[in-house]
Amino acid sequence: MWLITAGGAMFAAFPHWYATLFSGFYLALFLLLAGLIIRGVSFEFRSKDKHPAWRALWDWSLFSGSFISALLWGVAIANLIRGVPIDQNMQYVGGFWNLLNPYALLAGLMTLTLFTYHGALFLDLKTTADIRQKAHDTALKLWLPALLLVLGFIVASWFATDMFTRGGMLPLLSAVIAGAALLLSGWFLRKKRSGWAFAMTGVTIAFATITVFAGLYPRVMVSSLNEAWSLTIYSAASTPYTLRIMSIIAAIFVPLVLAYQAWTYWTFRKRISVDSHLEY
Amino acid sequence: MDALLLARLQFAATTVYHFFFVPLTLGLSIMVAVMETLYVRTGDETYKRMTKFWGKLFLINFAMGVVTGIVQEFQFGMNWSEYSRFVGDIFGAPLAIEALLAFFLESTFLGVWIFGWDRLSKGLHAAVMWIVAFGSNLSAFWILVANSFMQEPVGYVLRNGRAEMTDFFALILNGHVWVQFPHVFFSALCTAAFFVIGISAYHLHKKSADGEVWKRSFKIATLFGAVGIVFVLLGGHTQAQHMVRAQPMKMAAAEALWESADPADLSLVSIIDEKERREIWGLRIPGLLSFLAYNRFSGEVKGINDIQKEYEQKYGAGDYVPPVALSFWTFRIMVGAGTLMFLIILYLLVAVLRKRYTFHPLLLKGLVWSIALPYIANSVGWIFTEVARQPWVVFGVMRIEDAVSTAVSSGEVLFTLIGFSLLYGALMVADVYLLRKFAVAGTTPATRQA
Repeated sequence: MWLITAGGAMFAAFPHWYATLFSGFYLALFLLLAGLIIRGVSFEFRSKDKHPAWRALWDWSLFSGSFISALLWGVAIANLIRGVPIDQNMQYVGGFWNLLNPYALLAGLMTLTLFTYHGALFLDLKTTADIRQKAHDTALKLWLPALLLVLGFIVASWFATDMFTRGGMLPLLSAVIAGAALLLSGWFLRKKRSGWAFAMTGVTIAFATITVFAGLYPRVMVSSLNEAWSLTIYSAASTPYTLRIMSIIAAIFVPLVLAYQAWTYWTFRKRISVDSHLEY
Repeated sequence: MDALLLARLQFAATTVYHFFFVPLTLGLSIMVAVMETLYVRTGDETYKRMTKFWGKLFLINFAMGVVTGIVQEFQFGMNWSEYSRFVGDIFGAPLAIEALLAFFLESTFLGVWIFGWDRLSKGLHAAVMWIVAFGSNLSAFWILVANSFMQEPVGYVLRNGRAEMTDFFALILNGHVWVQFPHVFFSALCTAAFFVIGISAYHLHKKSADGEVWKRSFKIATLFGAVGIVFVLLGGHTQAQHMVRAQPMKMAAAEALWESADPADLSLVSIIDEKERREIWGLRIPGLLSFLAYNRFSGEVKGINDIQKEYEQKYGAGDYVPPVALSFWTFRIMVGAGTLMFLIILYLLVAVLRKRYTFHPLLLKGLVWSIALPYIANSVGWIFTEVARQPWVVFGVMRIEDAVSTAVSSGEVLFTLIGFSLLYGALMVADVYLLRKFAVAGTTPATRQA
């Protein structure tokens, strides 16, 4: 849901960024869409037939759709930072394979592992008995790889990109916070404080995002051909009029959305067990 | 094949596919909310079983609508990047607002509705379904605000090599929105009505258990259908009158009217020569087109050839004639399906008001097949309104060939076109399988005892 909103907001606020990114990362976007579609319907379809093959099909679809989405997320973000060939007309001139460089693949592996770890912590928080134990064990296994990949990505970014070296302490500071939170989540996990552990990976993901965009600022997509051809928040933006309208609407409705989403989490705050009765 | 043609094919295929699911979501959400409200008001468990049965079918359909909607939002950037650059300042806003205001509302509260049967009070649970219905229809409204800008651009100025928004409220108050939204809304009610009528007819025919569920569903759906089809026809009529003034070329193409005429005759059937831009043979009702356009039997309706000349002067040399035969026939199929739906509903309404639910078995079987009617009408209606706007992507402002992505090769578009087709085809099989399975199964024994 937030992804669709983000896509719409990007279209409204930075039409050039939306246009360059979506037409440039064309095949990657297609794979991402296919992944999202497959996992989206799998949630709805998987329990709708008792046949084991049916269940297996949608469980496998759910896995592969989510796998692709989580992996491509990192790949896309890394390419924004690293820079891709963009000409003076804001057009992407690289191909598909150009996106699959080692740096981007490292980032993809990082988001994949980090998101899986985050998901395992959520299950640890929300379930009981066997499922909870399984989630807990999975999280324990994933913590170290996730931590190493995040650290590895920070180091790689130091050498492969200019995000920490263009001046300004914010990117480095938020990267340190992201790493520290991930470290802490492992500690909470071992103490069986799954709520805190989950909150910490939330902090990691939030600050990793801040790191990326603070490192890019004021650019949103780096051109590897010529620094001047990079898309910036100025060159890619809509008019002040549209931005003002969108800001007013966001200022009113984002808090409202957050409020009712908080209410739903509160309504369903209890842990779920295999015996819990969810009538539907 | 060139990238432009492939991109257009892809847009047509994915959009028509997406719109298989949308109208049922819009209409059925309201119908399920009505059923649940009846349950809360009367405490009658039959209404609860109805709510659950139709709610389950609603959910399967809803999921498909959502996931195919993501493609809709992304493909403007993927295949139509130059369009997105040119009108993003205007077009992006309603899409973003749709996501934030409407889409969040419907999907969050639908989640609450699914899992909240024993966590919320009865009344609150029914209220949640109303929020879902409101959110879904609000979502359609914003999408049509965006589409209406393409049909009838308002509230903008051409500056810095792009269209820039100058008046947000003009976008919302765009006359086109207010003739298009009612037409879509009421056709969604018809879609849900025929869906419920068809499946209820199946169970009435099979004399399935829980007969009361099918009778009541049949009745509610017929009433929905009656309201829906009357306003679809009236709404379609006002939309056509609007079209004569706002997009005369589209009207002329819909009627295959090559030369201006006063009074203008309405064609029932035409054999069209698109190359020579003339009619070979046509069966026309005198004066009826003028009547439809102006509510009187005189008044000039402009023909394609005259409008072409006018546009050449206004926009420069070029071909401003949309595919006439396609426009003409899609329009006829839409109106034909609508008329058939009107007659069916009229017959059923008389029966239902007399509390008669026994029909000839053949009629009941036919009603199952009539589920297809609104789907046909919805699809050709959209094909008509988008195709007959050509060569414009934004009427009078931007041509289709200037809108397509330049960074994407035709091979890439072909690849994704095939990819989406395979994926969508497979999902359709699964979706129809599930819908059919649950529709045929009827209400579950467990809930029947309750």
